[in-house]
Amino acid sequence: MNNPHNVLLFGITRDLVGQNRLAVQLPDNSRVADLMTVLHQQYPTLAGIQSILVAVNSEYADADQILSPTDEIALIPPVSGG
Amino acid sequence: MLTPSEQTRYQKHLKLPEWGVEGQLVVKNASVLVVGAGGLGCPVLLYLTAAGVGRIGVVDPDVVDLSNLQRQVLYTTGDVGQPKAKVAVGHLQRINPELRFDAHVQALDAGNARALINAYDVVIDCTDNFGVRYLINDHCVTLDKPFVYGAIHRYEGQVAIFNAPLPSGDRGPTYRCVFPEEPSQMEIPNCAETGVLGVLPGVIGTYQATEVLKLLTGIGEPLTEKLLITDLLTHSSQTIRLRRRADAYELATAGLAKRTLPAKSATEAPKLINARELADRLAQGEDIFLLDVREREEYDLCHLDGAVLIPVGLIAATSSNRKRIPTDRPVVVYCHHGIRSANVANYLYTQGGYTNLYNLEGGIHAWAQQIEPEMATY
Repeated sequence: MNNPHNVLLFGITRDLVGQNRLAVQLPDNSRVADLMTVLHQQYPTLAGIQSILVAVNSEYADADQILSPTDEIALIPPVSGG
Repeated sequence: MLTPSEQTRYQKHLKLPEWGVEGQLVVKNASVLVVGAGGLGCPVLLYLTAAGVGRIGVVDPDVVDLSNLQRQVLYTTGDVGQPKAKVAVGHLQRINPELRFDAHVQALDAGNARALINAYDVVIDCTDNFGVRYLINDHCVTLDKPFVYGAIHRYEGQVAIFNAPLPSGDRGPTYRCVFPEEPSQMEIPNCAETGVLGVLPGVIGTYQATEVLKLLTGIGEPLTEKLLITDLLTHSSQTIRLRRRADAYELATAGLAKRTLPAKSATEAPKLINARELADRLAQGEDIFLLDVREREEYDLCHLDGAVLIPVGLIAATSSNRKRIPTDRPVVVYCHHGIRSANVANYLYTQGGYTNLYNLEGGIHAWAQQIEPEMATY
């Protein structure tokens, strides 16, 4: 098994998962979309949020971007409060 | 030119070499629209007023509630029950009487957003709901206006400048480039439901005010292609680099088109109209049905020219009275101060299916004060 991917959580995703960060095992050459599929299986309530910004190494990432275990991944949901 | 009193007031800004007299004049000649005078709006308004932004508009339909005072630092306990936009402007005018303020005691909605946004250089998004955030985005993108976004959740906040002019001549990323689809309030709760650290909007709003001043004066590196996320519990921050989507403009126009669909209930619900708007529309010859829902004695004291009287109690009682209210043109409902008429408008909308209703804000009393000073008041 390779090293897990580190995922930082923000906003409502923190509340839904109950943690600030996750370590997620993914096959080699997984994409952002694959990560989301795995997360939705493990935490079905996350699937209720349609728009989530996935940032990889502090940069906006498209769904087909390939992930490496050294990447820092962040899940950023929309926030409504003001 | 700065007056001697302005030179004294803004002395500490004038000493900053990047800012100087030139920067202060840019700020003085700028206009900003602050949407939402709540947790984020309070620090934004306070600091932009102190900094001397020449014209400041405040949009908020709400009144001050006791539960706001934990974080909305512009208001006092004595202000509870008063409209936020008016109280805020009164306070801000005392801080800096050299500026011009516009209080808009109304919600930014599909009917007024374009005109309001178009009247200012920069919009500051301090709202507490997605409907208005997406409305701001879509109008700013189609009107080529930048907007400074802030949002908060428990201990954590987000800040960015969207649709900013870039040195390349292009426009920066938009809110829909980050979150293309408007989430439902069911998906993402707001702070009324989740709770929020009172200091948090102070910090995030102060960041927004900073970004407005950087955007106006061109100093430093504004958050034009970046989203700042900061967590007060750990003091960890992330700055995420963003990209503008090629279809950002189309996403905004599609968002606007969706909002004007007749099936969208928010656009069918009764809207507020103020005395000035009503007077303007009548002066332009628009065919508007004026419905007076007060009692006969009140009507005899004073009424709007051409208004039809159907007292509150009779509206629900008999359908023949309701049939006198047209569905094919705007209906403005009014009473003394706007409370009874709000109830009637709501009743006609929910029970009668009327989708053409306006409630005259402040009632005939506001009309007498603003439009017809010779009218009898009581």
